[in-house]
Amino acid sequence: MYKILEEMKKRRLFFDGGTGSILQAKGLKAGELPETWNILHPEILVELHKDYLKAGADIINTNTFGANGLKFYPGGEFDLEQVIKAAVSNAREAVRQAGKEAFIALDMGPTGKLLKPLGDLDFEAAVGLYRDIARIGAGEGVDLALIETMSDSYEIKAAVLGVKEACDLPVFVTMVFDEKGKLLTGGTVESMAALLEGLGVDGIGVNCGLGPVQMKPIVEKLLKVTSLPVIVNPNAGLPRSQEGRTVYDIDSEAFAREMKEIASMGAVIVGGCCGTTPEHIKKTVDLCRELPVSWPKEQNQTVVSSYSRAVIIGRDPVIIGERINPTGKSKFKQALRDHDLEHILREAAVQQDNGAHILDVNVGLPEIDEPSMMEEVIKELQSITELPLQIDTSNVEAMERGMRVYNGKPLINSVNGKDEVMEAVFPLVKKYGGTVVALCLDEDGIPDTAEGRIRIAEKIYDRAARYGIKAKDILVDGLCMTVSSDSKGALTTLETLRRIRDDLGGKSILGVSNISFGLPQREIINAAFFTMALENGLNAAIINPNSEAMMRAYYSYRALAGLDPQCSSYIGAYGGQKKDEIPLKEEKDTASSRLFSSIVRGLKEGAARSAKGLLGEQAPLEIINQTMIPALDFVGQGFEKGTIFLPQLLMSAEAAKAAFEVIKDEMQKLGQAQEKKGKIILATVQGDIHDIGKNIVKVLLENYSYEVIDLGRDVPPETVADRAVLEQVPLVGLSALMTTTVPSMEATIRLLQKKAPWVKIMAGGAVLTREYAETIGADCYCKDAMASVNYAESVICGPALKR
Amino acid sequence: MEINRNEIFRYLGYGRAEADERTKELAESCLKELEKETSPKSLIRIYSLTLREGYEIDGGCFQTVSRNLWKNLKDCSQIAVFAATLGVGADKLIQKYEKLEISRAVVLQAAATAMLEAFCDRECQDLKEKCQSQGLYLRPRFSPGYGDFPLENQKNLLDALEAGKRIGIKLTDSLLMTPVKSVTAVMGISRKAYRCEVKGCEACEKGDCPYRR
Repeated sequence: MYKILEEMKKRRLFFDGGTGSILQAKGLKAGELPETWNILHPEILVELHKDYLKAGADIINTNTFGANGLKFYPGGEFDLEQVIKAAVSNAREAVRQAGKEAFIALDMGPTGKLLKPLGDLDFEAAVGLYRDIARIGAGEGVDLALIETMSDSYEIKAAVLGVKEACDLPVFVTMVFDEKGKLLTGGTVESMAALLEGLGVDGIGVNCGLGPVQMKPIVEKLLKVTSLPVIVNPNAGLPRSQEGRTVYDIDSEAFAREMKEIASMGAVIVGGCCGTTPEHIKKTVDLCRELPVSWPKEQNQTVVSSYSRAVIIGRDPVIIGERINPTGKSKFKQALRDHDLEHILREAAVQQDNGAHILDVNVGLPEIDEPSMMEEVIKELQSITELPLQIDTSNVEAMERGMRVYNGKPLINSVNGKDEVMEAVFPLVKKYGGTVVALCLDEDGIPDTAEGRIRIAEKIYDRAARYGIKAKDILVDGLCMTVSSDSKGALTTLETLRRIRDDLGGKSILGVSNISFGLPQREIINAAFFTMALENGLNAAIINPNSEAMMRAYYSYRALAGLDPQCSSYIGAYGGQKKDEIPLKEEKDTASSRLFSSIVRGLKEGAARSAKGLLGEQAPLEIINQTMIPALDFVGQGFEKGTIFLPQLLMSAEAAKAAFEVIKDEMQKLGQAQEKKGKIILATVQGDIHDIGKNIVKVLLENYSYEVIDLGRDVPPETVADRAVLEQVPLVGLSALMTTTVPSMEATIRLLQKKAPWVKIMAGGAVLTREYAETIGADCYCKDAMASVNYAESVICGPALKR
Repeated sequence: MEINRNEIFRYLGYGRAEADERTKELAESCLKELEKETSPKSLIRIYSLTLREGYEIDGGCFQTVSRNLWKNLKDCSQIAVFAATLGVGADKLIQKYEKLEISRAVVLQAAATAMLEAFCDRECQDLKEKCQSQGLYLRPRFSPGYGDFPLENQKNLLDALEAGKRIGIKLTDSLLMTPVKSVTAVMGISRKAYRCEVKGCEACEKGDCPYRR
């Protein structure tokens, strides 16, 4: 056990104050890396640390805030190891000279990069950067790792994982919240507390950004939701610029007074950040030293989180959307096989709109690589939804891949009473954090009685505890058997629910829809059983939130159970009339002209409805060729003439897509495959992260029945060329938005010409001109999305079809 | 903050044409969503400025050579360094709808750009007024990458403002800012009124640009 973990329970510890601001005062120039001073001016650093130690600080931070492999790399002026070693040695020398006991914290700041998908730093690369820092620091014998000034939950997760994978040092994490209590990337106090407790850090807190006054409400909130010791290191007030220098608005006396209040509120360790000096720390120590230390009391709430949202699973029932699951869904299975992530994302968006609080994610299919699919789908889902996710798989590798890249504290579905399963799953929960679903079954199968199921639950709680997993992080699934095969099955489940609540004091979860398997009109039974389950204490229900009957049961239950003050959610859901798309004058028009006009006007629902109607009269291919393509052409020509504009063109494309979906279903029923005209690779070139132009082109090409292989953005030339060879595509489309990335477009074209000489290349993007596109070797310059469609038609379908 | 709707439609390629009703509605709904999901932030700092021969510029926190900027800064003794961002909220929305509803993504993109412009104008207005009260003039924003003002200065400007730590603007390896809806700029401060020079679209050489004013 590291000594600091003992000490912080016994007495109040103090952090040091600002480093950067003091180094600037001592002559650090703009643009100069402060960490180089560890080597260039060790005496200044030793002095600075010593001043803080004399002022009463118990923990001093090494001067390594920005010391990471991106700034200090082999071959650079100084390498990372050199910098960190010097930093630790300076701190140690200061402790020696000061002649007092003190702890040395390995200080780690943000990487300076934004992580993907918002920026260009890969999650694993970020983990690696922190792992390297921690490995060197731990090797030098520091007492703890302080991850500070963090403002992105994903980077925080990468940092904590990095440290934990390198060493067993105690880890403190302090973050920058704004006055609204948010991180720059949207994290809240609640969501961050959930994430960090899940990751098993030893202290959580707030630093930088604000002064002590503005920090108080955030500290107060944090103290309410965390069981961890709280650290508070504010700036010396709010900054303002004076003659190109930053100055702060409160003095050391006022700072210390505020810190005393913060310590009295329950912060365990206090110190300072930007603008604070040894004087601030000394006065703070003087005022706070005698205050008794009290750790926050153990919180018993069951919480899961996304990057920005914490969902509490408790008395107020939570809905987990079950639709992202291939079981019994041929379309979903096909989407998985085709790697059609859009289908999955739509399922997510619809469930969220319909009121789901958490989304279950199951992508298991025998013929696909489930671990990589899980990782990819989790990454994609968290880029479009702020709902927490439930990672649903029995494949342990898939589970770990999903948990690792998940930006929050996930729900994990599931563990059960089998030894083998517990041994595989619990270490993952311990490492990555999470709340885990515990199925009441074991090697002997599913017990027939509630008593038997409760006994298994107890066994699971017990075993989890041995891994350090708390009871609050287990959701017991009492299991729901189909009532058509066992007429007492529902009653057993309901009894189990009651006993989870009353006897175990636990939280419950249930896949509700199983109850009706084999019965007609399943929704009727499902909804009735759902209400009964809620009344018997169900805390989390895995259901279909798109089912009106289920949501009615949910809203009604909440209103009737006193969980919906003034019935406001109920009224919110059912009080108003839903606004529909303006219906077309259906009586006069033919089905075909209705479809045509829906596409032209960009009405999604109208187009799908008309297509459905038309299927009674015409064959699928006829509809596509005689109505839909002409409608798309009509819009495309309007766009070229300048009578129809980009948003309208895209709305039409989306309407056509909705109609295609309907027709595709019909063709599938008839056993017909939809013919694709050919494959086209699209990519936004390396260095460029502006993706929208490429995405527009993709939507339109798909409308014209091309199979688009979308390589995404920031794509290296090799990836494009290799894929072009592998897929033997006739056409590649490249997009670049910035002047700076046009050279990388040229490099991609040159490589394509070498490796895949048959390929035609079309290029587009805001800064490109026809002349320039030709200079860099593109076969065609596409000034807009329609131009790419026209070029594709001429390359792939031949000049005869050129429109 | 007054956001110019016409700018949104210009970015969408409408030129002088009147936008259709559905696109107008879409734009309003995008602005509403952006207002809810973004928290714009900015930073300004003033540095002293030295202009030397050969179009050399020393802006205190950055040194560069740029004829266009040099002319823009002529007669100035100080320079304001500015950065602003809508934050990751706007990028997140755009990325989301690029996957789910591209028509909305396109309009969000345009609306966010107009919103960022309006935000920059508002943030600079205070400084402008402060300058005026001291008998000084604040010149228009001039950004790295503009004319021959090298993009490489991006890093120094952002570092000087501590923009990464304080408002979350980071650079990619290719010197693009993330969040994407971010701006950096410098503005000269002078005793002499500014003679209006060519700027904006008129300064750009891409003559066939459909978004040209």
